[in-house]
Amino acid sequence: MSRKTKGNIFVGVMILCLGVSFGTLGWLLVTTFIDGIPGLSGKLFTAPPSTQPEEAGARPAILATIYIAALLLLMAVPIGVATAVYLEEYAHKERWYNQILELNIQNLAAVPAIVYGILGLAFVVRGPLGIGRVLLAGAIILTLVVLPTVIIAAREAIRAVPDTIRQGGLALGATKWQVIWKQVLPASIPGIATGSILALSRAVGETAPLLLIGALQYVAFDPTLLGAFTALPVQIYTWIKLPDPEFRTLAAAAIIVLLAIVLTMNALAIFLRNRFRQTW
Amino acid sequence: MEASDATLPVAPATEVDLTQSSKRLGELVIKGLLGLAAFISLATTVGIVLSLLLPAIEFFREISPVEFFTGTTWAPLFEPGSFGVVPLIVGTLVVTFWALLLAVPAGLGTAIFLSEYASPRTRQFLKPTLEILAAIPTVVFGYFALTAVTPLLRSIGIEVEIFNVLAGGLVMGVMLIPTIASLSEDAMGAVPQALRDGAYGLGADRLQVSTRVVVPAAISGIIASFVLGISRAVGETMIVLIAVGQLPQITFNPKDTIETMTAFIGATGNGDLPTGSIEYKTIFAVGLTLFVMTLIMNIISIRLVRRYREVYD
Repeated sequence: MSRKTKGNIFVGVMILCLGVSFGTLGWLLVTTFIDGIPGLSGKLFTAPPSTQPEEAGARPAILATIYIAALLLLMAVPIGVATAVYLEEYAHKERWYNQILELNIQNLAAVPAIVYGILGLAFVVRGPLGIGRVLLAGAIILTLVVLPTVIIAAREAIRAVPDTIRQGGLALGATKWQVIWKQVLPASIPGIATGSILALSRAVGETAPLLLIGALQYVAFDPTLLGAFTALPVQIYTWIKLPDPEFRTLAAAAIIVLLAIVLTMNALAIFLRNRFRQTW
Repeated sequence: MEASDATLPVAPATEVDLTQSSKRLGELVIKGLLGLAAFISLATTVGIVLSLLLPAIEFFREISPVEFFTGTTWAPLFEPGSFGVVPLIVGTLVVTFWALLLAVPAGLGTAIFLSEYASPRTRQFLKPTLEILAAIPTVVFGYFALTAVTPLLRSIGIEVEIFNVLAGGLVMGVMLIPTIASLSEDAMGAVPQALRDGAYGLGADRLQVSTRVVVPAAISGIIASFVLGISRAVGETMIVLIAVGQLPQITFNPKDTIETMTAFIGATGNGDLPTGSIEYKTIFAVGLTLFVMTLIMNIISIRLVRRYREVYD
């Protein structure tokens, strides 16, 4: 076989590899839309779940998911950025406790989400915190799930700001914090925003930890911070499990709503990254 | 001063600390608050370990570890219960095998294409599409495996059960492709251009440069991506819960229904098991097993990534 033929075969194999991803993605989107379009109606957004598929909606679940996303924005992003600032601007890399912190965050990013659910079950829902199976418990646990992702993204954004900016500020007499707050953070906002939105979109679709927090329940009323809740992905799981095929249609319709939320967030993140990309 | 020498003394090029020598109180408070935020991550790990370990120790007081890790019957909710975790571990590994069987070649092929073949314009289109795939929630993949892939397998003559390893494993494999592809591509991107240029100079073509220079040079990062893929497959819950089933049995037939560790935790953890009952503690014993398995793989993966960073960065 000539070198050229070999090369062409190799390119063919690689395109096949790409085809696995893109083919499946396309197939998934098309079948889900075909399944779900008949179930997409105003009722899905206004009605609570019901044992009758023709009356059932996902209003409490959709609202809870929006509340959770808002709470994550308030909790995960500030804590994540603060941690990133500490690690990048203050921590001495050689100190043993900072090295442990570093390894710890890298590992946490790969701990299975369901393990965070066990933490939530033992410490937040029952045990020390003991706040029960409430929306706040779900938001706290999802904050911990996405925190490593936010930290890693924010660190990369902060690291990309060149040292000359910091030195310039310091040379003009600014304190360290003034340099960080007025120079470094504003310059790294696009990177932080992109990473945070991607992390939030992951949290919005996260199901497994919420199962252990007790989100798998019948909730017919609008959620409150300290009340029982179910989230959109959990509602989808509930409907998938029911044998009645009409509930499958509802599940597919709810998946369309969930995908719309998640993919909009991703599109926003990609747009921000391309629009504000800065090269120093 | 004897500064009139022919060779003037040059100031040593040490790094100068430009920050104030005496810190203001406000600056110290801010540093403390930031450190506190960083401490939350550490507390999370401690919390995870304690929340798993304490109930698991109580569990192992009642059920011997030997019975737990060697027993081949898993029926903890029966009376009398049987607590052999082997079927769950085997189930987890069997699903992981099928996922990796698809994800490793597809992910590596994608990475080589992105890193060595694709033009910047093609990359600009391909990367966001892979990110969309990575953004699909796992509950959606589970639905897809159950309602699209299983029926397709049946229609082409593969007589799978409604809940089966094959559909769940393959869909999980697709889910893993972005992870493996992007990590491998990072590792290949860290390979110095000079290595490629040297090989081209010796008359190698693009195929040879990719497979004999770039891939071997980036191998520790590529293996790290596979190990992280295994870790994610072992910890994935919703796909197996929805599409692979909840029937703990030791079988290597991909057409069968089985149960994984995560599916057991997900299906049992949402019930109203009373705190302190042996069934409740079972969740933590299985969770601890799962955590230790993924921890080992995460540490291997982190070390491998550090190795290539040390060599090239």
